[in-house]
Amino acid sequence: MAIAALSFYVFAFITLFAAVNVIFARNPVHSVLFLILSFFSSAGLFVLMGAEFLAMVLVIVYVGAVAVLFLFVVMMLDVEVVASRKGVARYASVGGLVGGLLLVELVLIVGGRVGGLPNQTAAPVLPIPEMAERTNTQALGDVLYTDYILLFQTAGMILLVAMVGAIVLTLRKRSGVKRQNIQKQTLRTIDEAVELKKVEPGSGL
Amino acid sequence: MADFLADYLPILVFLGIAGGIAVVMVAASWFIAPQRPYGDKADAYECGFEAFDDARSRFDVRFYLVAILFIIFDLEVAFLFPWAVSLGKIGIFGFWSMVVFLGLLTIGFVYEWRKGALEWE
Repeated sequence: MAIAALSFYVFAFITLFAAVNVIFARNPVHSVLFLILSFFSSAGLFVLMGAEFLAMVLVIVYVGAVAVLFLFVVMMLDVEVVASRKGVARYASVGGLVGGLLLVELVLIVGGRVGGLPNQTAAPVLPIPEMAERTNTQALGDVLYTDYILLFQTAGMILLVAMVGAIVLTLRKRSGVKRQNIQKQTLRTIDEAVELKKVEPGSGL
Repeated sequence: MADFLADYLPILVFLGIAGGIAVVMVAASWFIAPQRPYGDKADAYECGFEAFDDARSRFDVRFYLVAILFIIFDLEVAFLFPWAVSLGKIGIFGFWSMVVFLGLLTIGFVYEWRKGALEWE
């Protein structure tokens, strides 16, 4: 599969290129656009690995919703295009620490794979079914709602907490806002809307 | 594995065509069209007078609320897809598992409706 290998390298290169540009783009909106490109090419990598469902969810949820949210956040932060470059030295230590930790974790994972951890020799608890008999989405659905019901319901709780939290944090009622009340509007009768006045000639109201 | 990747070949072809067309259009206008740039061409056009301020102004926080609520229900629907394709195998337990999940999110939905988070005012 020369095409698969070639597309892997193209997608991997685009992912890395876009990820680097997320950090180094001068305009924060450009950063978000590069992030979207990175998400898209990661979806391509997922497809190449056989994780079709994850690829589609990445496109639907991350590109369709999270990226829009990031755009709103960028707009809301009111970032100065030039001023955002100043803090690089200040945040270098924290960023370096987090990046270093991630690097160590990656090295441990890859090293464990290559070196062979002792508990990796056992057969996996849930073998991935062959693609011809159960597709990736079916294989996920077979176990997600029954064997992993605890994690699934926890995800539901987290979503509920996120929903309530977002409403509590950002919702505020504005006073003095004129709103259209359609029921009140249509239930208005002619008696309360129109008043007839008897006007004498020459005297005015 | 190979069969399944062959199904994605048309998408790869489409990606290639789309990228190719985009590159050709930009490159053609870059090389063929006359290029005489000067400062006034790059200015913001605002009915003939000078622009008052930057286009980058602070957004209302309510857009953020709408986006977050959208993401949550987007994820809910994403959970529905694998459930729908393997409903025949996971049986009644899987069905009620999803109903409980949907019920949880319905509580949140009722909460946001009653709170008026869906109203724009």
